[in-house]
Amino acid sequence: MNSILPLSVRGASVKRRGKTIVGPVDLDLAGQGMTIVMGPNGAGKTTLLRMLHGLARQSGGSMTWNQPLAQAQMRQAFVFQTPVVLRRSVRDNIAFPLILRGVARKQARTQADHWAARVGLAGMLRRPAAVLSGGETQKLALARALIREPELLFLDEPTANLDGRSMREIETILTEAMHEGTRIVMATHNIGQARRLASDVIFLYRGRVHERNQAVAFFDCPETTEAAAFINGDIVE
Amino acid sequence: MSEIWQGLTAAFWLIVSLDADLVEITLRSLQVTLTAVVIACLLGMPLGTWLAIQRFRYRRTVIALLNALMGLPPVVVGLIVYLMLSRSGPLGALNLIFTPTAMIVAQVVIVTPLIASIAHQAVREIWSDYHDLLISLNASKPQRMLTLLMDSRRALLTAALAGFGRAIGEVGAIMIVGGNIDHVSRVLTTAIALETSKGNFALALGLGFVLIGLAIAVNLGIHALGRTEREGRW
Repeated sequence: MNSILPLSVRGASVKRRGKTIVGPVDLDLAGQGMTIVMGPNGAGKTTLLRMLHGLARQSGGSMTWNQPLAQAQMRQAFVFQTPVVLRRSVRDNIAFPLILRGVARKQARTQADHWAARVGLAGMLRRPAAVLSGGETQKLALARALIREPELLFLDEPTANLDGRSMREIETILTEAMHEGTRIVMATHNIGQARRLASDVIFLYRGRVHERNQAVAFFDCPETTEAAAFINGDIVE
Repeated sequence: MSEIWQGLTAAFWLIVSLDADLVEITLRSLQVTLTAVVIACLLGMPLGTWLAIQRFRYRRTVIALLNALMGLPPVVVGLIVYLMLSRSGPLGALNLIFTPTAMIVAQVVIVTPLIASIAHQAVREIWSDYHDLLISLNASKPQRMLTLLMDSRRALLTAALAGFGRAIGEVGAIMIVGGNIDHVSRVLTTAIALETSKGNFALALGLGFVLIGLAIAVNLGIHALGRTEREGRW
């Protein structure tokens, strides 16, 4: 099976009511690892991820996958900042993507049980998903994304509002997925988390890719003053 | 006051003695209304869902129209269906006028906008929740509709019950298209209207209490079947 990567983005932007939210962005995404998208609030992290995933309408430029677009869309997944909880049980939430693909219900549920166990929700399969706590809901969303066995996984601040323990659990799951070959692109506010996980960093500033570098280089000697200030914890507007 | 008491007594004896006419009328009421509600659900629920997820030019107009149609006066519906189905009307050849089928047609017309509108409200809410996920998972249009219908089933049950409530108590339209013919098209509501105009208040009231009891029984039964208010939030 040929990879959907590399992805090559040239001059892509997202506009809303005439105002440019993101872009124009030039970006290449290939290889392995975890790309962390950082930047101040309103820099366009969420919109960039949504554009790459095809959720936000791109209003200029081009995005080229290594496979036809339909293929590329089938093989990526997205975890939202506020997870979408289907009004179903935990098990049926996780099984849902497989059901959409036409997998038989029984088989889909067996797989869902497997993934629920991997993210630590094994004891809650029959519960309605709406009663889960914030951390559990995020794990549910993660399992529902991973059950598609995506080549490319987008996460939009998956650990915002979570306590340390839930954060560590989710980071462990992500690291495992990465080692199994899933390419991850994650937006985060949390600089500590970025240091722990990143293999490379995209620093967004005012809707543009302000700096892109390998993680070590980015954190040790950022090239731009804004990135340096952001890493230092100064307020970047 | 004494009439209400007599009505209660009459209702009691009608039910206890399983009065043959009463049973016949009641069953016909149920048959007509349930058939109409099932058909209206099959039409209205997909329509409401479709209106919630499909963007097209006159969508707002269609929705406003649908909401307006909820208040459609049954007598007018009855009149129009009558004109369509009467022997000299465009569908007169079907020989449907003054049959239960004609009554079902009229009730479907009355109830479908109501069910579609409530379904639309319910599905629109859940669609705004599910939108991003369903797009992200590449769900096809039919899959989206099915998912939304499935997951708003409690609200849809309410829509169906509202439709049932409107249809079972309806007189104007079915009186016109059914004709209130004994042993053919007489139902509880038309029988009540007839007995009242005959001055037969006790019997009319008795039938009225049977009608109310029937509506309550069906609601309770469906709630029990659907296990509403039992499993968590939905």
